Amino acid sequence: MSKRRIDPVTGTETTGHQWDGIEELNNPLPRWWLWTFYATCVFALIYVILYPAIPLVRDATGGALGWSTRGDVAAEIAEVDASQADMRESLVSIDLAALDENEALLSFATNAGGAVFRTNCSQCHGSGAAGAIGYPNLLDDEWLWGGTIEDIAYTVRHGIRNENDPDARWSQMPGFAEILEKEEIATLVVHVQSLPEGQDPLAGAGGQLFDENCSSCHGMDAGGDRSLGAPNLTDAIWLYGNSTERLTQLIERGPFGVMPPWSERLSEAEVRAVAAYVHGLGGGEAQVGEPADDTAAGNPNDLMLGDETPE
Amino acid sequence: MSDQPLYVSRIPIFPRRVSGSYRTLKWWMMGLTLAIYYLTPWLRWDRGPNMPDQAVLIDLVNRRFYFFWIDIWPHEFYFVAGLLVMAGLGLFLFTAALGRVWCGYTCPQTVWTDLFLVVERWVQGDRNARMKLHNAPWTARKMRLKGTTWAIWLLIGLATGGAWVFYFTDAPTLARDLVTFQAPGMAWFTIAILTFTTFVFGGFMREQVCIYMCPWPRIQAAMMDEGTLTVAYRDWRGEPRGKGLRRREAAADLRVAGPLVGGRSPLIPMPGVPNTTTGARLETAGQDTRPPGDCIDCNACVTVCPMGIDIRDGQQMACITCALCIDACDQVMEKIGRPRGLIDYVALSDAPREAAGGAPIPAWRHAVRPRNLIYFGIWAGIGIGLVFALFVRPEIEMTVAPVRNPTFVTLADGSVRNAYDVRLRNKNGEARAFLLSPSMGTAADVSIESRPGSVVRVPADAQERVRVYLTAPADSEMAREAASDARLWVEDLAGGARAHVDTTFNGREN
Repeated sequence: MSKRRIDPVTGTETTGHQWDGIEELNNPLPRWWLWTFYATCVFALIYVILYPAIPLVRDATGGALGWSTRGDVAAEIAEVDASQADMRESLVSIDLAALDENEALLSFATNAGGAVFRTNCSQCHGSGAAGAIGYPNLLDDEWLWGGTIEDIAYTVRHGIRNENDPDARWSQMPGFAEILEKEEIATLVVHVQSLPEGQDPLAGAGGQLFDENCSSCHGMDAGGDRSLGAPNLTDAIWLYGNSTERLTQLIERGPFGVMPPWSERLSEAEVRAVAAYVHGLGGGEAQVGEPADDTAAGNPNDLMLGDETPE
Repeated sequence: MSDQPLYVSRIPIFPRRVSGSYRTLKWWMMGLTLAIYYLTPWLRWDRGPNMPDQAVLIDLVNRRFYFFWIDIWPHEFYFVAGLLVMAGLGLFLFTAALGRVWCGYTCPQTVWTDLFLVVERWVQGDRNARMKLHNAPWTARKMRLKGTTWAIWLLIGLATGGAWVFYFTDAPTLARDLVTFQAPGMAWFTIAILTFTTFVFGGFMREQVCIYMCPWPRIQAAMMDEGTLTVAYRDWRGEPRGKGLRRREAAADLRVAGPLVGGRSPLIPMPGVPNTTTGARLETAGQDTRPPGDCIDCNACVTVCPMGIDIRDGQQMACITCALCIDACDQVMEKIGRPRGLIDYVALSDAPREAAGGAPIPAWRHAVRPRNLIYFGIWAGIGIGLVFALFVRPEIEMTVAPVRNPTFVTLADGSVRNAYDVRLRNKNGEARAFLLSPSMGTAADVSIESRPGSVVRVPADAQERVRVYLTAPADSEMAREAASDARLWVEDLAGGARAHVDTTFNGREN
């Protein structure tokens, strides 16, 4: 090193570098700044070794700790699962018909079931469960295969008309295009459209066609048959719509709505939870043998008698 | 340009003891505010079973605010917002009328600093003794005196932090838990923070908090005008100062030609930095031939000032208008047989008038003027509005939110059903049953999801959410119309009170 030069104006030592007559003053970085900088370098080195950091062609270096965001999420999910294990267990073991009486479990089931529904069922039945043409509305009081919580759970578990599950509920309405004449089908369509308005199912030419072709499944009174999944034709609910075109198409080709068996994808607890959720949407039917909801409502004041009676 | 630094390290201030009417007022305000702060959580108020018995309680866990007979739920937070607006406007009103009276008498920083000063004076003696002790080397005596002072400060700080947490939960229970070390961690944490801030702010930072940390001195200028009463020195009466004439002459050359302080300088006057004075005064300092004024330059007003300022320099930001200098000066004026009020609550607009020999304007004339009346009008209007809202607050509270996914459901018999999410609030200390019914004349039938009948039981001091169905028969107008008005009634079966909420019913849209 050559001799030190002091800048006369500022009194600061110079580095000896000079550009176009401008001298560089030697103002070193503050000590605390330097040490902070070294500390960040050390931190970065350790970080790169411990955590995924360096991008490679397909992924990044793994890091010595084996840490990953996916692992974090999985751990969190496992934690929640573990905390819910008891609830799931009792949900699987409980008699679904008695779920009403266990308020905590019912609340757990409907909440969990709501999540299961939105993930797995809303694609067909809608997020509000109102269904669509060909996909049953789960809010109304019409159930093709029964609307008790057990019935719903069975349907969810095994599905409808799918060939993967031997226990699936199965029925098939044949297409009548080969069996009936076009005019006969047209007559039948008009006849069926008038059934909800109180038309006698067996009256007239339409009634005769109905008796010969339809009553074996839909019943002589057109009231349907739940054991076959045959819809009631006298009510106001039309799964496939009641326009002339739709009904014609339906009778000609026969409907074939399929629901997959969810036991393949959902755990038994999830199946039961979603059944509880659907049952609670407003259309659920009480268990056979139990009094219907309405009969239990007497004098509202009676309801106040109980363990929490005020006054 | 001033070469004053932006910050100089704190020079401790040792205010001298003073007595007088303003000091007495300050004692009373101090006692009152401290009593309110420390005792309020211990007031009991019987609200019946299952309800807290504390008169003032901020129940953050259950989101309730209890204030004597009033309880406020989260959806009624506008009451709290209204009170905050009133507090703000009240500050405007008082500042416009009386300057920084809030700072001088009721600000917690002032009150606790005052309290700490009492302790300091009790242990270490008055101004001179404290200054001597401060400059003395660290002997055993100094350590003992300072240590005692700090210990008492810490105890006060602890009590301050301790009183705060009682506002948020049942005080006797928490007190027991604190004594038995079972209180929640948050309680300890809060107490620790408030103890620390009280100790440091009240004991060591004092006027620094007012000058450097508090935004209020910066804001107050907008609220004050020349009609606002502030503590001021009647320089037309006091100047030229009698005793200090010669001294001032000598000092005049050394003084920094500072900005106009009387003209509300934007600079912060620094305690300990040589006081600045008006340029005009500097010019005449040497050759003043007028007869001496009433001020004898005894510095009494300076020694008693907790902010360490000289009020004779004119209005300045650091002044908190605590009026202790008025008390000190009045005592001196009495001793030398001059009228009181050399330092007094005066408005800026009074100065030229009084300097010209006019009679002083009574204080109430400054308080009652349009600006203050407008502030008071708005303030009172909000207050009346809040009281009105309090009295018309419905006894039964129900909110009805129609479910829109889907808007309606057709049932097997052709009837149309709408769903509503209904929230019922029960503000009583006992469980209540509410009967829901549709409006008279509508054909719709009401039912509640997964419950028999149409009665909702709501536990004490809670709200209940139920899904309610309105069902209109197939042939009814409601079922056919795209949308029609619906009214849901609720009746408190215990009291018989009725209320209703209007909503919409969606029918088949064809």
